[in-house]
Amino acid sequence: MRKPFFTAIPAILTLFFVAAFGFPCWAQESEGNHSDTTDTTHVQSHSDSTSAESHGEEHGKFNPNETIIEHVKDAPIWHFADHVVLPLPVIVYSSQKGLDVFSSSHFYDENHKEVEYNGYKLEGRNIILTSTGEEVLNLSITKNVAMLFITAAVLLSVLLSVAGSYKKNQGKAPKGLQSFMEPIIVFVRDEIVKPNIGHHYEKYLPYILTLFFFILFGNLLGLLPGAANLTGNIAVTFTLAILTFMITNFSGNASYWKHIFWTPGVPLPLRIIILPVEIIGIFTKPFALTIRLFVAITAGHIVILSLICLGFIFHSYIVGFGASLVVVFINLIELLVAGIQAYVFALFTSLYIGMSTAEDEHH
Amino acid sequence: MDLLLPGTGLLFWQLIVFLGLFFILAKFAWKPILGSLKEREESIQKALDSAEKAKMEMASLKSDNEKLLKEAREERDKILRDARTAGNQLHDEAQNNAKKTADKIIADAKSIINTEKQAALNDIKAQVAVFSLEIAEKLIKKNLSDDKSQKELTETLIKDLKLN
Repeated sequence: MRKPFFTAIPAILTLFFVAAFGFPCWAQESEGNHSDTTDTTHVQSHSDSTSAESHGEEHGKFNPNETIIEHVKDAPIWHFADHVVLPLPVIVYSSQKGLDVFSSSHFYDENHKEVEYNGYKLEGRNIILTSTGEEVLNLSITKNVAMLFITAAVLLSVLLSVAGSYKKNQGKAPKGLQSFMEPIIVFVRDEIVKPNIGHHYEKYLPYILTLFFFILFGNLLGLLPGAANLTGNIAVTFTLAILTFMITNFSGNASYWKHIFWTPGVPLPLRIIILPVEIIGIFTKPFALTIRLFVAITAGHIVILSLICLGFIFHSYIVGFGASLVVVFINLIELLVAGIQAYVFALFTSLYIGMSTAEDEHH
Repeated sequence: MDLLLPGTGLLFWQLIVFLGLFFILAKFAWKPILGSLKEREESIQKALDSAEKAKMEMASLKSDNEKLLKEAREERDKILRDARTAGNQLHDEAQNNAKKTADKIIADAKSIINTEKQAALNDIKAQVAVFSLEIAEKLIKKNLSDDKSQKELTETLIKDLKLN
């Protein structure tokens, strides 16, 4: 396990460079080639059917806004490039038609236009029944759900192999991937969880470690070219924040609730003002967690995509090259942000749990 | 607006997958990893503690040894001192005894010599008396062998008497 990981480092770096540098250049080149080989005045209308950003280009005009939003958002298919589309299973349930599973490729014709299928119709990300216009329960494996499975699989394979080396190297010094992961695990335990939760931290450690590594891996894998923006999706961050919210409040002790409902050491009239503030505070915490991660990751993707789009907007190699250089830099920042956001989410979760379980030592 | 509102499908899958991940990782990854880490930290701590303890023991052993050595040295000095005084005492005693014995022997010898001398003197006195009497007898016998000499003696004796 340990050798392949280290030999994989150049490969990983190459991937990032491809993400940062190669991809936009290649995309731009293909765009440029088209404009060279065909009539330059028809570039926009031509790229309508060929460019990877084809949905964004309506009425023959390249629309970077829609292109970027399409990339950042979830979709029923996984669109890597022109004609490189991974159709994903659609799973819908309605009281009229029951459970239905079919490929999402049925929703698109050969020109990548949305079509109706079997009485279902795509409407934004929802699926409605054509007969009644009623929305059905959509549990499809969308692009982000597929990305979620990939992230989970990578996370499981990495961490289970690390756990295996702990069993194998029992009582010995860590080796390979294990020694790469160990400082991160120890960092989470000693710098995030232990100081914020206190002596009973061990109960919450598995949750916070899972949270940290899920966000970290999701952030990093999301930076790969063609990858979906998983941790920048509000449903994902919201779910994680809700779990933290439930753990925080279910493990809240008497002094936590007392501080909320009858803040000690505060004059009576002030308590009446503080009470609603405290109650709002319970809900602003998960809200802040949701928004922070969602915004940080989505904004990063939007910045990178915007810079890549510059080449397409100006139809210039020079702009494309310059933008690519900036994209490299932004990508490096995104690597940093990936770590920071995982750290911050884990830190705030520990902080909230620590606050709700702290023994009342003052007042 | 789709971007800002969580979709049902992803919410559902995220919840399922994340909870699944959590339970699998908690049981099969975090438990052995954190357990081993803790175990290793404890064993390192234990090793450090025992090293510290061994150091302390060594120090106390060393001071014990020094104390023992010092005690032994003192003991040795005391024994030597005692032996020396005992030797001296013995020596003095022996000397005194010898002297006393010698004195006694000398005194005894002296008294025996005196007694012997006295006895010898007495013996000599007795002998001399016997010899004197024998001489006197012989002289008297010779001198008084005729009447004239008897008369002369008698006269001398009377003269002596008169003088007294």
